[in-house]
Amino acid sequence: MIEAVNLTKIFRDKKRGEIFATKDVSFRVVPGEIYGLLGANGAGKTSTLRVLATLLAPSSGSAVIAGHDIVRAPEKVRAHVGFLAASTALYGRLTAREMITYFGRLNGMADAAIRARIKLLADELDMHEFLDRRCEKFSTGMKQKTSIARTLIHDPAVMIFDEPTLGLDVMTARAIVRFVRDCRARGKTVIYSTHVMSEVEKLCDRVGIIHDGRLCAEGTVGDLLTRTGETDLEEAFVKLAGIKEAA
Amino acid sequence: MNWRSIRTIYTKELRDLLRDKRTVRSMIVIPLIVMPALTFGVGKIATMVVSKARAETPSVMVLGGADSPDVITQLKKEAKINLVPEAADWAQQISDKKLRVAVRLPEKFEAGLKAGAAPTVTIYHYEGELKSGFAVGEMEKFFRGLSAQTAKERLAEHGLPATLVQPFETKRENVAPPEKVGGNTLGGILPYMIIILCFMGAVYPALDMTAGEKERGTMETLLCSPVNRVDIVLGKFLMVLTGSLSAMALSLLSMSVSFFLLGSMFGGRAAAVAGAAATSAPLPMIDPLGIFGVLAMVLPVAVLFSAVIFTVALFAKSFKEAQSYVQPMVFVIIMPAIIGMLPGIDLNARLALVPILNLSLVCKEMLSGVWHWNYIAIIFGSTCVYAGVALALAVRMFNREDVIFRT
Repeated sequence: MIEAVNLTKIFRDKKRGEIFATKDVSFRVVPGEIYGLLGANGAGKTSTLRVLATLLAPSSGSAVIAGHDIVRAPEKVRAHVGFLAASTALYGRLTAREMITYFGRLNGMADAAIRARIKLLADELDMHEFLDRRCEKFSTGMKQKTSIARTLIHDPAVMIFDEPTLGLDVMTARAIVRFVRDCRARGKTVIYSTHVMSEVEKLCDRVGIIHDGRLCAEGTVGDLLTRTGETDLEEAFVKLAGIKEAA
Repeated sequence: MNWRSIRTIYTKELRDLLRDKRTVRSMIVIPLIVMPALTFGVGKIATMVVSKARAETPSVMVLGGADSPDVITQLKKEAKINLVPEAADWAQQISDKKLRVAVRLPEKFEAGLKAGAAPTVTIYHYEGELKSGFAVGEMEKFFRGLSAQTAKERLAEHGLPATLVQPFETKRENVAPPEKVGGNTLGGILPYMIIILCFMGAVYPALDMTAGEKERGTMETLLCSPVNRVDIVLGKFLMVLTGSLSAMALSLLSMSVSFFLLGSMFGGRAAAVAGAAATSAPLPMIDPLGIFGVLAMVLPVAVLFSAVIFTVALFAKSFKEAQSYVQPMVFVIIMPAIIGMLPGIDLNARLALVPILNLSLVCKEMLSGVWHWNYIAIIFGSTCVYAGVALALAVRMFNREDVIFRT
């Protein structure tokens, strides 16, 4: 379960002063649900997710993830979260097995449990062939599979995906989408940020539209289309976000 | 603080760095092979150059002296010089290094000596040129001998003893134990080398594990783990410290082995520098306890370096940017280390608080077997405080979002 209440993140810049990355963002995601965070570049998606994953501290507001407060118990929150983003890379000089083992240990798992979990994940993700090869030599698909295994090693209840298909080829992106669906099927609470409309339509049970750091609208894809009278999600998004397009 | 997490991070960083060719180069190959090779290579070349210069028979020109045949005959008999005929361009020849020295004998030099006059012999040479310097030495030795012989003859003519002009003799004898002499010689250079090696050894791991990780995108991955950030800093910091200490230890080990293997080659030179003509040891000896003392004193300095480099590199967005921050720091480190090597600068309570310089000074004394416990305590204590502050600063920087997510 994710419950964000009035989450605000302010960055202070010497030249630009205070910048609101997110402002009073509130939403709730329940287990077995995929919540899509839809927004343009710079809308505040990454900041929101980084605050939820406790990589950044909120300036005000709060959020409870898997029963733990992000401000009071950030380590406990991270122990229940799997965070996958285009910016979370792998250690090139480690093998896939070493990489996953490392994060298993950092999550406090015993070596025997890590070994068993790696076998299970390698079976599911078809990783056996490259498990003992160094990550620096991997194809994009292999890297994504290793990253997924890294996020799942401790079997977290909450999964946070920050534009995980950014820059990936079609087949790798499809594999990621399939994996996100699997997470939902296993009863995990999933939050998924993207600016790709088709991914939202395919994946998300509910969508939150974020623009200029504010959550402008929330609902199922059908709700959003009905509310705007549009048949195309992209048009609905532009209307709901209040974006004025240049003539 | 969770030691299991710290150990996990440290072990991973060690494995990661040892697989990196650049680390192996900077932490193992350079200290183990390149540094001693450079040091001894330069030493070997210097020895060869000096030996070759000494082996050469210098060409010497006598200006004038036609009326002093006996002196010319004696000069011709000197095996260590090669007397060449007089030429008008003698000064140019010295400048061109074709001629090492020219000696001007005043008119009626021999007659003047016999008549009891005090004529002046001028030696023209090339200032600062090694071979010309050796030739000057030979000529001065010759004329000193001639001067002494003339004085002896004049005294004999008047029935006076030779001791009239040389009433007594002086001789030098070293009473300092060999380890003190050796400590004084090595005491200057050894701490300087240790300081530089400690610094250099910390640079690459610190840059790779901070700015390098940020650049490669693995820092964010690591921060996703439930490990406390203090534990992450400590795990990484211990790895930087390992790099610093291992670079120093490997260098010292490699140099010690090379030193003993090549001992005979350097023995003469080292003893000459130490002024320890009386010591029969081929190498300068140092107080073994001093070495342990130096290593103990180096530890907090290595911590200080590791924490400072870690903090500075953490601020950078990329490895390249971190390099541009750390490189100027080398001068900040070298300056106090060099000042500590200068003769005449002695340890006092004020200098004992100046980081790096205090280490350089106290090591010089410890290697000579001098133990100022009060200063040692001040230096160790103050350096520990500086190191602690630097480490606390590193933790603080790591907790700053604008530093970790600086783009």
